[in-house]
Amino acid sequence: MKKTISFITENFNESSPDLGSGFQGFQRAIKMEKEEVIQEIVLSGLKGRGGAKYPTGKKLMQSAEHRDKEKYIICNADEGEPGTFKDRELLLHDPYGVFEGMLIAAFAINASQGILYLREEYKYMIDDLKEALNHMRSLNLLGDRILKTELSFDISIFLGAGAYICGEETSLIESIEGKPGRPRIKPPYTLEKGLFLKPTLVNNVATFSTISAVIRKGYKEFIKYGTQESPGTKMISLCGNVNKPGAYEVPFGMTIREIIYDIGEGIRNGNSFKFAQIGGVSGPLILPKHIDTPFSYEDLDRIGVPMGSGAIIVVDSDNDILDYLDAVQAFFKHESCGKCTPCREGNRQLLNILSRLREGKYSQEDTINIEKIAKTMKYASFCGLGQSAPAALLSAIEHCPQEIFKRRD
Amino acid sequence: MDELLTTNIQDVVEKYGKDRECLIPVLKKIQKLNKYNYIPQEVSQYLAKYMQLKESEVYEVISFYAEFSETPRGENIIKVCDSTVCRVNNNTEIVKLLESLLSIKMGDTTRDKKFSLEYSPCFGACDISPAMRINGKTYGNLDKKSLKEIIESHRR
Ligand SMILES: Cc1cc2nc3c(=O)[nH]c(=O)nc-3n(C[C@H](O)[C@H](O)[C@H](O)COP(=O)(O)O)c2cc1C
Ligand code: SF4
Ligand code: FES
Repeated sequence: MKKTISFITENFNESSPDLGSGFQGFQRAIKMEKEEVIQEIVLSGLKGRGGAKYPTGKKLMQSAEHRDKEKYIICNADEGEPGTFKDRELLLHDPYGVFEGMLIAAFAINASQGILYLREEYKYMIDDLKEALNHMRSLNLLGDRILKTELSFDISIFLGAGAYICGEETSLIESIEGKPGRPRIKPPYTLEKGLFLKPTLVNNVATFSTISAVIRKGYKEFIKYGTQESPGTKMISLCGNVNKPGAYEVPFGMTIREIIYDIGEGIRNGNSFKFAQIGGVSGPLILPKHIDTPFSYEDLDRIGVPMGSGAIIVVDSDNDILDYLDAVQAFFKHESCGKCTPCREGNRQLLNILSRLREGKYSQEDTINIEKIAKTMKYASFCGLGQSAPAALLSAIEHCPQEIFKRRD
Repeated sequence: MDELLTTNIQDVVEKYGKDRECLIPVLKKIQKLNKYNYIPQEVSQYLAKYMQLKESEVYEVISFYAEFSETPRGENIIKVCDSTVCRVNNNTEIVKLLESLLSIKMGDTTRDKKFSLEYSPCFGACDISPAMRINGKTYGNLDKKSLKEIIESHRR
């Protein structure tokens, strides 16, 4: 049985669509009232696919209230979360779907300028993306008075310079303004005072792709998939020790076991499942006892796991959990922006203790400090990076202390 | 600083603009002008003056972003992913092989300045892990054979 869906990914690999068969979402949108367009997104139940799961319809509604002449829409393609490459696939195989989503949002909230913030590591796509934008300009889908509507809107591309924290929306904005990407204090919120202190709507690549698919086919088609509380489909990126890693569109509600064994075709070398990490490296570990959990916001909530970016990293029995945690903490140490102490110092200290744990030579103090530091980071860090950096470690200490504290002396 | 370099810097700035939000794209271009992939201090000082920014404003951007370097590196920069997915796909083997192929340790530059070997956080090639990037181009599903070929092709 085919388990993946082609709702958002329907137009993958279609080149240069024209106004006859392409851009049906936008062409439908401009025949509707702006409020109706937003209402349709509200009814689709779409939540932000960048990880914070804020309802997209609500965000559009709030954004529409700001009536400044200059208003920005930013598509967040910083995709730096390890294990995540869904945005890469969407931009490679259907850039028009992403740009069309931005265009629909621009129409709904009256935005004047769009920016795609592309991570430096995806620079190899930039020529194709620019060509897609030029194609849209030639069809008057960008520019002045688009398709004879009141909307004047264009999209430019800003290339990052290698910093995971720039995925956080206020850091991203600082970065576009030519500064180091350190998060801003909120409020004021981005929706009101974002880029150059003008109202700014920031959404993830997959959020925009979903907006265009939902408006193209109507929300009723979308909510046929998924569960009551998590309607629709989602792009996941499945990787690690599975036989068939890749980005797939799945309906919410499929179990993690089905995703790993049916879509990912099981674990390599016939090994057994040891643990998985969902949403990149910012979430807790999922153990064998969790493997039949359905992949939906509500079911993951129940086991205390945020869905995050939609990455599913699968790890088999050949791996040591301490090695894995070392890679997690090294990532966060490297990417901490240094603005606040719990995160800047915490990741460093955790790595030091982890290295002693890996050698099996640690003190009684280490066993106490490791949790103390991790919890301080979780509760006292300034932004989401530091708050979620110790999540994997804390879950490992809770669920499998025997693998963390192993003496070798 | 030599004249050619100052004219080159001026050209880049004229092309992108002097506003602060042009700084990152300007720095990228300027780093590219340097054979050893870095921005020497005298260049960032000159740039600050020319763009009418504070030296600290330029310097903090250079030091914040991974793409920029204040010290010389090799002509070819090899970045091996060391994030979780590559870690569980045996990237340590890849690093060992690279170290022996290049006769340097992780973090170093070859004596002929041809190659620098660095760790990198995930760059979104986890489906073809273990992966590395050389000068921005991604290579995945690395093994002994492919690694050798890739390095050879960059030696020429
Ligand atoms: C440390 C950190 C990194 C983030 N990285 C990304 C990212 O790479 N891509 C993304 O879309 N959102 C990322 N976010 C979330 C953004 O701040 C923001 O919530 C999101 O772009 C909003 O879009 P959405 O509502 O469509 O999800 C990150 C947040 C934090 C705290
Ligand atoms: S939590 Fe980390 S990344 Fe966030 S502001 Fe503090 S130091 Fe910077
Ligand atoms: S973890 Fe290595 S490329 Fe993503």
